[in-house]
Amino acid sequence: MSRAVNRAATFRAPEANRSNALHAGAWWLWALGLAVAASRTTNPLLLGLLVGVAGYVVAARRTDAPWARSYGAFIKLGLAVIVIRLLFSVFLGSPVPGERVLITLPEVPLPDWAAGVRIGGRVTAEQLVFSLYDGAKLATLLICVGAANALASPARLLKSLPGALYEAGVAVVVAMTFAPNMVADVGRLRTARRLRGRPTGGVRAVLQIGLPVLEGALERSVAVAASMDARGYGRTAEVPRAVRTTTTALTLGGLLGVCAGSYALLAAEGAGYGLPLLGAGVAAALAGLRLGGRRSVRTRYRPDRWGVRAWLVAGSGAAVAALMIRAGAVDPAALHPGVVPLEAPVLPLWPAAGALLGLLPAFVAPVPAPSPAALPSQRKTAS
Amino acid sequence: MIRFEQVSVTYGDAPAPAIGGVDLTVPEGELVLLVGPSGVGKSTLLGTVSGLVPHFTGGLLRGRVTVGGRDTRTHKPRELADLVGTVGQDPLAHFVTDTVEDELAYGMESLGLAPDVMRRRVEETLDLLGLAELRDRPIATLSGGQRQRVAIGSVLTPHPRVLVLDEPTSALDPAAAEEVLAVLQRLVHDLGTTVLLAEHRLERVVQYADQVILLPGPGLPPVVGDPERIMAVSPVYPPVVALGRLTGWQPLPLSVRDARRRAAGLRERLAGREPEPVDGTGTAAPPAATAARTPLGRLLRRRATTAKDGAPDRTGPLAVVSGLGVRRGRTEALREVSLTVAPGETIALMGRNGAGKSTLLSALVGMVAPAAGSVLVGDRAPHRTQPGELIRHVGLVPQEPRDLLYADTVAAECAAADSDAGATDGSCRALVHELLPEVADATHPRDLSEGQRLALALAVVLTGRPPLLLLDEPTRGLDYAAKARLVGVLRALAAEGHAIVLATHDVELAAELAHRVVILADGEIVADGPTSRVVVSSPAFAPQVAKVMAPQEWLTVTQIRTALAATAATAPAREPEGTE
Repeated sequence: MSRAVNRAATFRAPEANRSNALHAGAWWLWALGLAVAASRTTNPLLLGLLVGVAGYVVAARRTDAPWARSYGAFIKLGLAVIVIRLLFSVFLGSPVPGERVLITLPEVPLPDWAAGVRIGGRVTAEQLVFSLYDGAKLATLLICVGAANALASPARLLKSLPGALYEAGVAVVVAMTFAPNMVADVGRLRTARRLRGRPTGGVRAVLQIGLPVLEGALERSVAVAASMDARGYGRTAEVPRAVRTTTTALTLGGLLGVCAGSYALLAAEGAGYGLPLLGAGVAAALAGLRLGGRRSVRTRYRPDRWGVRAWLVAGSGAAVAALMIRAGAVDPAALHPGVVPLEAPVLPLWPAAGALLGLLPAFVAPVPAPSPAALPSQRKTAS
Repeated sequence: MIRFEQVSVTYGDAPAPAIGGVDLTVPEGELVLLVGPSGVGKSTLLGTVSGLVPHFTGGLLRGRVTVGGRDTRTHKPRELADLVGTVGQDPLAHFVTDTVEDELAYGMESLGLAPDVMRRRVEETLDLLGLAELRDRPIATLSGGQRQRVAIGSVLTPHPRVLVLDEPTSALDPAAAEEVLAVLQRLVHDLGTTVLLAEHRLERVVQYADQVILLPGPGLPPVVGDPERIMAVSPVYPPVVALGRLTGWQPLPLSVRDARRRAAGLRERLAGREPEPVDGTGTAAPPAATAARTPLGRLLRRRATTAKDGAPDRTGPLAVVSGLGVRRGRTEALREVSLTVAPGETIALMGRNGAGKSTLLSALVGMVAPAAGSVLVGDRAPHRTQPGELIRHVGLVPQEPRDLLYADTVAAECAAADSDAGATDGSCRALVHELLPEVADATHPRDLSEGQRLALALAVVLTGRPPLLLLDEPTRGLDYAAKARLVGVLRALAAEGHAIVLATHDVELAAELAHRVVILADGEIVADGPTSRVVVSSPAFAPQVAKVMAPQEWLTVTQIRTALAATAATAPAREPEGTE
């Protein structure tokens, strides 16, 4: 497939720049598609395949930007989730019945009111495998989100929010950038402890520098707020009173409609008017947001465009999700390998082929420009 | 353009106003420089222009500030955003977005400019500030000078008529500072922008100013006038003005060019004389140094138990760095660096931002492990030595002295330092008394001024009595008075046998203090030699006096003062040189 794409030079993915940058929403839809697919299966082979697909695309298309380096952190987080899930299962037991007892831990006797809770006791192979599958599913979801985060910074996604929500969005982004800054502060202060002749590791070190780190973060946030204020953040246009009232009415009414509609859909009775109510609620809320945008004077600088490549990337994610859901309906057993009794999981062919569709972005998305540090000879090999 | 009418600002429950009696006008299209010692309210005065004082900071503003006819009492900062562009001391705290291009556009987006206008202005600004290469770069990966230029660019795009800058060049190396000042010059001359800026490093900016506003003290009314007139009375002045005041040149020179034209006679008079060496033992030491040396020296001597006569009794080098390589990720921060530090020696590490100065200091205290080569401090590899042991051999005052301070009072900090270093109780406190006589025990370290905090951190580090003392950018944010005090203290320490290595952008400080200058570029040592040899030949790192007196090797005004006194003693005094 890669060769065929290469031959037709016009179809080759171009080098990325600001104008042809893939819409951030397309990356997030693609990643969400993979995540939905992952949530439909506990087959470790399929989950592994999905992680591989996400990893390959990230390796092929991520930039050198600092947020792109977070992918590794998400993988570590995923592994941590699996380990924690297993530990919980070992120490707190599991409702999964099983015969193959691996070890028996001493059980803590609990009073009657804590019936159903168990600490210690038997640990069976079935229960471990079940928690492993379950943990792997969660980890895959996390890694898919990490892939989206590495490929499109969340700040870019926020640029596509409707005007009325933009300012709240900026506040969220600024708040998010504080986490990495604080991590950097902790690192710096921990090494600075060495200069006072104190050990740099250990819980005490972290506790002692906690206050200075928080102080630093607070000071920085005040400084950023001052800068944003001085640069026109939160300027509003004068809108007629009638428009303001309509906006409020539409937004509130719309949200009420959405609540009532979803309740009707989920409850046993009233499914008939649930859908129209939900639809009307969504429409009213959207109209409210749009009208609310009039109060904001903001304009957008070079917004991301949604082009053919964005359709392809988002579409490939949607296709993976759709195929996995379909496969789940046709052959649920293949997607959920048996735990009781234990079975070796097999790779179902069709769902696996479907998951491979998620590789499409690695061929159609624009190639990030090499960093200035990279050698010029490495340039050609990227696509 | 900017009118202050009887303005005074009082913060919270402060007993006295931070600034008072400000009544002046800044005309359109002028570059106005705000000068004064630390803590006289320069930042407050700048803040009133953008409306951040009092709308954002709180406090009570009396009188009236109008910018382009808009009263800041009735206009919030965001309503002045199209008229006033403000860049604070730390450009990193200024950025809202994460890439250069978005940052340039952010202000215009807030103002609601049309997309095609925004696009055009971003391109223009990228060219104006020489940022075109960096347009897609994440801001976190930029160097200090680039960040400062992006910060200025980000407030320029909405085409403000007033630009307010708080210490735009303090954190920059000499070349990057030149870059930023060239941009400001261009804005004033080509676009008629009004620029109001505060700066401690007067030697960099004073020649560009059309007018100078001097704040003589907290709450005192400002003095406004031509740079020459104000510099003649100002308590803060650059070396070139000091030289002019010393020789009585009229009008006072503000730039190296002015001074050089008048210095022909002075050069002739001093021809054939050798400058005093810069170490603290020569007569070149200013009175402050001699005053500080004796008591501080006595103090160190009294506490010195392992060493005789104050100086550590070792004759070999204190630190030997050979073939050192340090890697950070893929980048080689240092490559093949070799350096020997002898007792009593003061070495200045210079070079542009990111050249590896701080990394070299970190390697000397074991905060980074060498990837190649070796570092030995007193026969030990610092990164393998226990921290408690290491502080007796080497001490580092980091760029941000606050990183060293954890306690909530000065007294608690001192007690902690004593126990960390295993020193007798009260040794740190005694040092603090020496360095900071005016500070009370119960003061919170956060409430200290920049210079006081540096002195406290220095005292904490000195408690371990390290023979090797390292300082990273010690003069950032210090005014001339605080700097002179620091120079006195460091000279005294060097005279006691301490070796001092300081990483600095401040060429004047290096000229005052260093015996040797080491210039780093891209992680390699490109020059290493006596201060006079290295800096005189370099256009970027030469202090002002050296530029005026070249090819003679004079570095500081103090040297010239001493030499002139000596000439006056041997020959009948001549009239000070006038213009040629």
